[in-house]
Amino acid sequence: MARAISNQRKTLNTLVAWSIGFVIFFPILWTILTSFKTEAQAINDPPLFLFFDWTLENYAIVQERSNYMRFLWNSIFLACGSTILGIIIAVPAAWSMAFVPSRRTKDILMWMLSTKMLPAVGVLYPIYIGFVKLGLLDNRFGLMIVLMLINLPIIIWMLYTYFKEIPGEILEAARMDGASLGNEILYVLTPMAIPGIASTVLLNIILAWNEAFWTLNLTAAKAAPLTAFIASYSSPEGLFFAKLSAASTMAIAPILVLGWFSQKQLVRGLTFGAVK
Amino acid sequence: MGRIVLEKVTKSFGNTEVIPPLDLTIEEGEFVVFVGPSGCGKSTLLRLIAGLEDVTSGAITIDDVDSTNLAPAKRGLAMVFQSYALYPHMSVRKNIAFPLKMAGLRKSEQEERVSKAAEVLNLSDYLDRRPGQLSGGQRQRVAIGRAIVREPSAFLFDEPLSNLDAALRVGMRLEISELHKRLETTMIYVTHDQVEAMTMADKIVVLRAGNIEQVGSPLDLYKSPKNTFVAGFIGSPKMNFVKGATAEAYGASTIGIRPEHIDVSAQGGTWRGVVGVSEHLGSDSFFHIHGTGVADMITVRADGEVGFKHGDEVFLTPREDAIHKFDAQGLRLK
Repeated sequence: MARAISNQRKTLNTLVAWSIGFVIFFPILWTILTSFKTEAQAINDPPLFLFFDWTLENYAIVQERSNYMRFLWNSIFLACGSTILGIIIAVPAAWSMAFVPSRRTKDILMWMLSTKMLPAVGVLYPIYIGFVKLGLLDNRFGLMIVLMLINLPIIIWMLYTYFKEIPGEILEAARMDGASLGNEILYVLTPMAIPGIASTVLLNIILAWNEAFWTLNLTAAKAAPLTAFIASYSSPEGLFFAKLSAASTMAIAPILVLGWFSQKQLVRGLTFGAVK
Repeated sequence: MGRIVLEKVTKSFGNTEVIPPLDLTIEEGEFVVFVGPSGCGKSTLLRLIAGLEDVTSGAITIDDVDSTNLAPAKRGLAMVFQSYALYPHMSVRKNIAFPLKMAGLRKSEQEERVSKAAEVLNLSDYLDRRPGQLSGGQRQRVAIGRAIVREPSAFLFDEPLSNLDAALRVGMRLEISELHKRLETTMIYVTHDQVEAMTMADKIVVLRAGNIEQVGSPLDLYKSPKNTFVAGFIGSPKMNFVKGATAEAYGASTIGIRPEHIDVSAQGGTWRGVVGVSEHLGSDSFFHIHGTGVADMITVRADGEVGFKHGDEVFLTPREDAIHKFDAQGLRLK
């Protein structure tokens, strides 16, 4: 009897969970569906769900009208570049905060996190002017540094959390065993922290890929990534929902695939340290 | 090799002085145990010798070399940690070989030394396993293996048995003692367990709040503790302390009598009391006696055959020749 009830519960829970998941995923699903409609079908009232004439026309037009590959390349460059640069800076920073903390370490961590609470637009003006003066507007390297800086607090926090989980005694044992600082990092710390570093890298690539505020405000054509590619289809001369949707689908597809294949690693990474 | 001399060594964390000026000489080949309650600075002292902490002032000399500012690896010491501190991503073989690899030894020599150590420690069958696949006792042996391959001038043990269960602890205690007999290398061993200290040490260093209270052989400490702290810390069950008029009769402020130096009888004796809790271990019986009027509670150790129960009236007689006398400051009176 008890078992039957719990099975019913399970079915109900599953249904509720799937419904919530569907509601959350719906905008993305709708975007993908709309990208296969004609412009007229896209704004049809009542909306068409699955029964319309599926077409690839929008993709062809979008591909023809703008250079998707260049945007894609910029996105890859910015996401990967800012992540690599961030990791290079964050590993030693997180290392020192985790293993040789000072009295101010906690305050520094909080201060870094507090910068993430600042609305980005609050510093748009000084950064924009700075970029103009330095001739960095629409420059991939300039943008890469900005993206790295805005995500750096998160990278350092995540790595700090992982490093904290590594018992200090193991590193001391390595020191007693004659390992230099370099060997200690190479042979002991890094192999033990690889899962943590990997999920930090993945999350940061996703964050940098999706970043839309600075990528839109500091680029024009040369350095523009996929966010600008999408934005270029929500133009003032009229809404082209189907083409906008096709562009959006093309922009989110790579990161969606990456996220799908690395979801296990990401979930593990984000819940790391929550339960000992 | 393995003579360690500490001269006026101090250690402070910020404004807190953990180790006040301290002098200590550890002779070559000695098995020295640092013992004391938690927070007494014994682990800190060991870490100062290891080089994992910097001394605030004073000097540490190892084998006539001033090692005060030497890096841990340069001191020729090996350490076994409480948590074992094995490298979880390496096999047992690689764990043991790690210090040799860091020292730049040839592969063949590494292999040779690892297999020799594994043989000594009964680890030959586990060399390809990861630490996670081993039991607590095996992990501890790997940690010891990693220490012995280096052929250090001294071994440092930081509460190495406290993560093991009671039965295993006794076994490992013997193994470490045997290892010491075989290698004849200096060993410094930190523990809060006075039984470990008594059973293993050539020389015990009793610490309290960073101060050395007494240094001596286990029996020295047992027979003539310098003060009430050492008297209470060494020996199990603890020494009974009696104050007031009874102590004054002996010309002391406090007298101490070990539970095994009190005779208990149903017929008659010096003090009369009532049995509270009685613990029967088979070989021995411990009785906790209340209502004697000389102390809140007196613990007595008797033969396992003695069978008093809760509520029984008993008489206690301390053995005069085994009474320890202490002055008002708690120091031993001659």
